[in-house]
Amino acid sequence: MDSATPLMTVEALSKSFVYSATVLDRLRYGGRRTVRALQDVSFVLRRGETLGIVGESGCGKSTLARCLVRLHHPDVGRISFAGQDVLALEGAARRAYNRSVQMVFQDPYGSLNPRMTVHQMLAEAITFHGLCAGAAVDARIAELLDLVRLPADAAGRYPREFSGGQRQRIGIARALAVEPECLIADELVSSLDVSVQAQIINLLLELQERLHLTVLFIAHDLRLVRHISHRVAVMYLGSIVELAETERLFTQPAHPYTAALLKAAPELDPARRSVVDAVRGELPSPLNVPPGCPFHPRCPKAFDRCRTERPLLRERAAGQVAACHL
Amino acid sequence: MALALPLVRRRPRWRVRPPLAVGAAILFGFLVLSLFPGHIAPYDPLAMDYTALKLPPSLSHTFGTDNLGRDVLSRVIWATRVDMQIALFCTIFPIIFGTIVGAIVGYYGGLLDTIFGRVVDITIILPFLVLVIAIVAALGPGLINMYIAVSIVGWVFYAKIMRAEIQVQKQSDYAAAARVLGYSEARIIFRHLLPNAITPIIVYWMTDMALDILLGSSLGYLGLGAQPPTAEWGVLIADAKNFMNTAWWMSIFPGIGIVLAGLGFSLVGDGIADIFRRQR
Amino acid sequence: MAAEPLLSVRGLRVTFAAPRGLLTAVDGIDFDVQAGEVLGVAGESGSGKSVTLRSLLRLVKPPGHVDGQVVWRGRDILSMPEADVRDIRGREIAMIFQEPMTALNPVLTVGTQIRESLAEHTQLDAGQRKARAVELLDLVGIPSAKSRSEDYPHQFSGGMRQRAMIAIALAAKPRLLLADEPTTALDVTIQDQILKLLLRLRRELQMSVILVTHDLGVIAQTCDRLVVMYAGQVVETGPVAALFAQPRHAYTLGLLNSVPRAGAIRQPLASIPGQPPSLLDLPTGCAFAPRCRFVTAACSTARPPLVEVAPGHLSACLRHRDVAAA
Repeated sequence: MDSATPLMTVEALSKSFVYSATVLDRLRYGGRRTVRALQDVSFVLRRGETLGIVGESGCGKSTLARCLVRLHHPDVGRISFAGQDVLALEGAARRAYNRSVQMVFQDPYGSLNPRMTVHQMLAEAITFHGLCAGAAVDARIAELLDLVRLPADAAGRYPREFSGGQRQRIGIARALAVEPECLIADELVSSLDVSVQAQIINLLLELQERLHLTVLFIAHDLRLVRHISHRVAVMYLGSIVELAETERLFTQPAHPYTAALLKAAPELDPARRSVVDAVRGELPSPLNVPPGCPFHPRCPKAFDRCRTERPLLRERAAGQVAACHL
Repeated sequence: MALALPLVRRRPRWRVRPPLAVGAAILFGFLVLSLFPGHIAPYDPLAMDYTALKLPPSLSHTFGTDNLGRDVLSRVIWATRVDMQIALFCTIFPIIFGTIVGAIVGYYGGLLDTIFGRVVDITIILPFLVLVIAIVAALGPGLINMYIAVSIVGWVFYAKIMRAEIQVQKQSDYAAAARVLGYSEARIIFRHLLPNAITPIIVYWMTDMALDILLGSSLGYLGLGAQPPTAEWGVLIADAKNFMNTAWWMSIFPGIGIVLAGLGFSLVGDGIADIFRRQR
Repeated sequence: MAAEPLLSVRGLRVTFAAPRGLLTAVDGIDFDVQAGEVLGVAGESGSGKSVTLRSLLRLVKPPGHVDGQVVWRGRDILSMPEADVRDIRGREIAMIFQEPMTALNPVLTVGTQIRESLAEHTQLDAGQRKARAVELLDLVGIPSAKSRSEDYPHQFSGGMRQRAMIAIALAAKPRLLLADEPTTALDVTIQDQILKLLLRLRRELQMSVILVTHDLGVIAQTCDRLVVMYAGQVVETGPVAALFAQPRHAYTLGLLNSVPRAGAIRQPLASIPGQPPSLLDLPTGCAFAPRCRFVTAACSTARPPLVEVAPGHLSACLRHRDVAAA
């Protein structure tokens, strides 16, 4: 990581999804159902780093990623990139932002247009943004394929002719075609086999090195996140509950949920087994976010203040913040 | 270390199965008949020969002659052109206009969708045939007015299909990827989503063409479509209705023409759907 | 292990007549399950692990074709009359699946589904069945079991549904439970709860479990012995501690190395190059040879047999000594 200059700053981002009320909903809940996907999320993404974001279903990590690329529009909050207010960008400025911040999706089978060849996909990205023209486009496409370790003849083929891992490579190539500064990887390898995951992760590490990319790596696999991130943020029910340097987070977690998550993740050492559940209770739904600290119903250390007052992120040690009253 | 590409699947993109081949052959045959009727038909379809009235099929008149001495085979061949035109002109406006409207409504939703919903409601409430007949009755009989009538009503069905398909495709990750790449909405709708949504439209189009031929023939039979002495399969059958017992060949052969056309379109429609399905 | 195994599989071969040829999903495998043990079956997609599990209960239908022997308590399941197999299914051997929402009947309450299993496999009367159903829901850790037994599957969360599915499977106190990726679709903390539940139930009911998964962490935390499958073949089998400490097959070694371990942060993972072979066209000799870094000429000529390399530890690798040293 070269420097601590912020590349992107996210401030107080909140997003709710409202489902229009059916008659049954009115009878049952007395009105519309609101999913509070993000609640007051703030963090800074530094240039050149890999920030890992972990959390379980309903924590809001995917919604956060989609807000950052403007697929969703947050209700409240501000996103700054290179000094600009991202949410206010329109037209050419917005397209420039799209070039700077790109995304690779989880599902290798749905994220590529089945009716376009690899060449068409990449050429479109390159020519739409005016990056080069004519014969230079073909050369650039060959370069991109080489970058993601696909053979040159892949260009004329359709996505259905490739395996899952290869499709993810194509997705990465498409994102890199516009020469972004920041790459958001939303569960990039979750759908792939273990041995293929390793190949893609290695590719990502290499690309980051070569192209000086900043990466936002969203995943639920803690081992992977620990392996490639400089810093890690843990999310729970729409909020960031802890953010710290990787090793610090994994060895000295400051939030009870982080500790529980680490305990729950199955370790590769057969000699170290426990019989006690890491966390009791069910994963709550973002339809019903508990008042106060969202984790309090399951927290072994909860006390009165946790049930009423929502904790804010406080600094615990150098570079480590956690949202806990303890 | 560049990896060699051991491919998952390597098969030719277009593998034609027998039903598709048969359908395509039928339609191709009809196309040839439509383009070169003069070269293929042995007689002038309008030429009346009073010495050869209601002759059964024979060597000189393969399909026999009708009650005015006209050669049935020639009339059936010339009618092919008219019926193929009906198939084309009854569907060309609906498919283009319906696809565009459906794509836009499906993508944007909201108020456009609500208005479109009401348009659909009005159109489906009334039976298609009744609507068409009403419009033709208002405009006057004739093929052009039939095209207009069918177009006014028919585009809605294409739009419905396209709207539903676009709504589905819009949820996909590749559509999200296109938005993240900054592409304009027009490009996303027409370059990315539409090609993936077009298959049901094509299949419906084939069935629609077959049904429109039937419609044209029905209207022709009622005297509201093609006007005599124009040879059109429906008109031929209408002319033959008084002679069903005495000269069966006058109605059977145009009837076979209609059936074959329907079969041809149907097989091609299914075949295309099959190809696209296998391509996924 | 001098004790008679509970289940003994010999020469199991499953092929599918596909339009493009004969697909060999399982290529002649042998393994045993002892009473009271948790046997893990590990492998990636296409390894044949799920098909193996289904073929044990004769759930593989044409165009699938099953050969070999599956000896359960002295009788070969594969050659029994259908009525006898139905007797065994659900009563002596039960199965749970990856996706509880598709395995549970959405229009019947959970209680009804458990009572159905009880009616089929036990001699209890209606009142006793009702009581036993509530008991089972309690056993699997569903709170307020009595009222929950009248709920429908869609009213349960993912983890709860999995527990409900386990309750149905355990209704008739089977001796062997087949679990096909039971926690793959669950979040980490819920996965942890379910795995601990399975271990507890194994102890309390003295049941054996065959656990199929691709997650090595799950294997490490729950299984006593392990069978590693690749391209339809068993490549290594033995006690989990021994395999993890010192794998004796190049594939097992590669698999364990592809998983990130704490310590070597941001270094490339030792990935396995290439992809698994097509099941339509398995190579002669060892199926892993084309990707193996220890490969020799002998590896590709004939399929290496499973040999005992340490007590209870078998490997089908000609170079197992070199693998052990790596």
